[in-house]
Amino acid sequence: MTASLILEQLLNGVQFGVMIFLMAAGLTLVFGVMGLINLAHGSLYMIGAFASAAVAAFTGSFFWGLAASLAAAAAAGVLVEALVMRRLYDRDHLDQVLATFALILIFSEGTRWVFGSFPLYLDIPEVLSGAVPIPGGGQYPVYRLCIIFVGLAVGVLLYWLIHHTRLGIRIRAGENDREMIDALGVNISKLYTAVFAIGAALAGLAGAMVGAIQSVQVGMGEPVLILAFVVIVIGGIGSIRGAFIGSLLVGVTDTMGRFLLPEFFRLFFDPAGATAAGSAIASMAIYLLMAVVLIFRPSGLFGARRVES
Amino acid sequence: MDDPVLELHNLSKSFGALRVTNDVCLKVERKTIHALIGPNGAGKSTLIGQIAGSILPDSGQVILDGEDISNVSVAGRTRRGLARSFQVSAVIPDFTVLQNGVLAVQGSRGIVYRFFRPALGEGAVVDQARTRIEAVGLADREHVPAAALSHGERRRLELAMATALDPKIFLLDEPMAGIGTDGSEEITTILDGLRHTAPVLLVEHDMDVVFRLADMVSVLVDGKILATGKPAEIQENPDVRRVYLGEDFEF
Amino acid sequence: MNRELLLNFAIGLGLPLVAGVALLLDEPFVVTLATRVAILGLAGVGLNLALGLGGLVSFGHAVFFGIGGYAVGVLASHAQLYTPVMTWPFEISGSSSMPAIWLVAIVASALAGLLIGALSLRTSGVYFIMITLAFGQMAYYFAISWPAYGGEDGLSIYVRNSFPRLNTLVPFDFFVVAYCVLLCAILLFSRVAISPFGLALNATRQNLARVQSVGIETYRLQLTAFVLSAVITGLAGALYADLNRYVSPSMLSWTISGEIMIFVILGGVGRTWAPVLGAAVFVILEQWLGGVSEYWQIFLGVILLAVVLFARGGLYGMIAGEARHHG
Repeated sequence: MTASLILEQLLNGVQFGVMIFLMAAGLTLVFGVMGLINLAHGSLYMIGAFASAAVAAFTGSFFWGLAASLAAAAAAGVLVEALVMRRLYDRDHLDQVLATFALILIFSEGTRWVFGSFPLYLDIPEVLSGAVPIPGGGQYPVYRLCIIFVGLAVGVLLYWLIHHTRLGIRIRAGENDREMIDALGVNISKLYTAVFAIGAALAGLAGAMVGAIQSVQVGMGEPVLILAFVVIVIGGIGSIRGAFIGSLLVGVTDTMGRFLLPEFFRLFFDPAGATAAGSAIASMAIYLLMAVVLIFRPSGLFGARRVES
Repeated sequence: MDDPVLELHNLSKSFGALRVTNDVCLKVERKTIHALIGPNGAGKSTLIGQIAGSILPDSGQVILDGEDISNVSVAGRTRRGLARSFQVSAVIPDFTVLQNGVLAVQGSRGIVYRFFRPALGEGAVVDQARTRIEAVGLADREHVPAAALSHGERRRLELAMATALDPKIFLLDEPMAGIGTDGSEEITTILDGLRHTAPVLLVEHDMDVVFRLADMVSVLVDGKILATGKPAEIQENPDVRRVYLGEDFEF
Repeated sequence: MNRELLLNFAIGLGLPLVAGVALLLDEPFVVTLATRVAILGLAGVGLNLALGLGGLVSFGHAVFFGIGGYAVGVLASHAQLYTPVMTWPFEISGSSSMPAIWLVAIVASALAGLLIGALSLRTSGVYFIMITLAFGQMAYYFAISWPAYGGEDGLSIYVRNSFPRLNTLVPFDFFVVAYCVLLCAILLFSRVAISPFGLALNATRQNLARVQSVGIETYRLQLTAFVLSAVITGLAGALYADLNRYVSPSMLSWTISGEIMIFVILGGVGRTWAPVLGAAVFVILEQWLGGVSEYWQIFLGVILLAVVLFARGGLYGMIAGEARHHG
């Protein structure tokens, strides 16, 4: 095990984390502002990936695909918000879960209908296809570094958006008190649509970027959605900062766990047993992390401690 | 008579930079109605929450009948004899009046982990619940869902639930809040009778009621106890008049 | 007799009637479908205890369903190979007897329910939903990456496990087994719902603080309900594995959790027989729409969406009106 290998895995972990962050940020915003739990967020991720794969194949340009993913996911988000979500804001979480679960069925099967069951593939664009040397003598793909960069940029952008723009002020006001925001004379339904569209676009972006390293297929969104939930539980609901730190924790823990645990078990077991035990435990690592956070901080690392009113 | 049922020793609580309870000491003696008054935002509800256990103080102790209950859960405090009513009426809306009463009796008797007999088939429990419901004048409303009761009736149901717990002390957070004058007369009568069963710590805004009922009054201002004394003493206390009531306030 | 009671009878008698008529007409496939309804309904009855009575929106009940399934798979595979399941600290041998397997399924899902419930119930509301979903996913990935019992491929159960005096390989006999278990669970649910425990649990759903302030420890109460709920769903999983003679990680997948929830909500949350009705409608839609289009789940999604948005209270709410007041 060389230093460069460890560094490479670490970068992979960060890249994975950054991608989960793009999902978790939208989810946590939507929950924080509208009090809505949206299971169909994974579908928006999938829509982004399919749109980008289809448009990239048609135009031959990855970047057109990327733009299409943002547009398609945001459009789907706006549509879903207007048709379904609006009726759910005042409902209890059970109704929200069920309605958005129904949306998953519709989106997933609808996509299968249009694109078929076979996965699509999206190529990494020429300009980003190389690798750069990293300390310790290894090489690391430029494309993955780009994902990390984009994720960090989105994080900074969101921070700026929430703390330094009018929209951000409204979002923060909406998180605290829906009536207050009404009193401020803000058009609440426009605000909700805007927040939903931003969240959807971020999910679509994540889907498109990941589409170039994994295959694009129906059902790709839900595992990431559940990871984003884990992130939100760890970071605290409604907190972008919590989502960011939680995402990196989850990404790095998962990647390093899969990499290091089998190595670790090799010290005690025969190779086959070590691989089996190591990978089985590693598959649970992030959930164990979540359980530990829950034991010590039931409302997450950055979640507001609930105060009885 | 220094044998208090409830003692608060130096309770303090801050939310961020805001000190909502500041070194509060208080004793509630037996057979008394002890009123806690104070302007809005004085920290009365937070204090009640700390006594009931739903808010944990940063420091200080709560002693119930000689036992330190500072680290006991809400339910544990109730079982030890602390019956609380809420500022915003808190009954189980889908349950009938009787079911609400039965729930309280179940809690006080520790009858919860029975799975196979109907709750309303437990004769002794139901009888006790009925007695308490009759005592607040809701006997003929027994089968009405709590959600369909008038506001005043709901407050009475809450008092019935509190008495069903056979507590050592009642902790009543604005039992009159939101009801009209005719309703408040009935509740005043009920409250007046309560002191014979157990002492009452009463948070109330209606000064008429406070000075008619209370044997002792404490004034809470900015999270601090400004004064404690007999109603007459409080009425004459210049600090209270200045800070809380305004110079030319007449009781 | 009120409409709810009538509907209960219609479902309770209709299911064995369908199976019986199918037996006479020699349609074993329909008998198997009826068995599927009974088993899926059983899983829903389990969830309904936590969700309907306690208001605990668990999106992780597939864990218990899957554990029940794996109890069957593991014990049966060891019985087939004549190897012990474990030798330390005490020896457990494989088994192909349903009652013995059920006992293991019950104990295993109770332990899992205790563990997951103890952690998840530290939170509430939307956190609870996400956490139960996450623990479900954990179990799923664990089953995939643990190679000893088939990993991703799952385990086949070559001969359906046995039940005294019955030939479980005969579809109708197995239906009788499943239906009787369902009846027991329904009986349990209906008794618990009106018991002192059920009253308190029902109250926690409506006003947690109030229940604490009458001296009841709500955490323990909810945890007990969660474990009870897990056990029933676990038992359903055991039956399901025997029905299919196959168990795989897909029994643990989050979509199963979602489907169990659909049975409950499509039927009508908190009503005793509602999950069975929900499961029946689900199975019928699956058969009927599945024949019409390969993409039948689109229609399922639309129907589900319509039920949530426009028909609150599910099918029971539509047919029998609002839920009667508790007790």
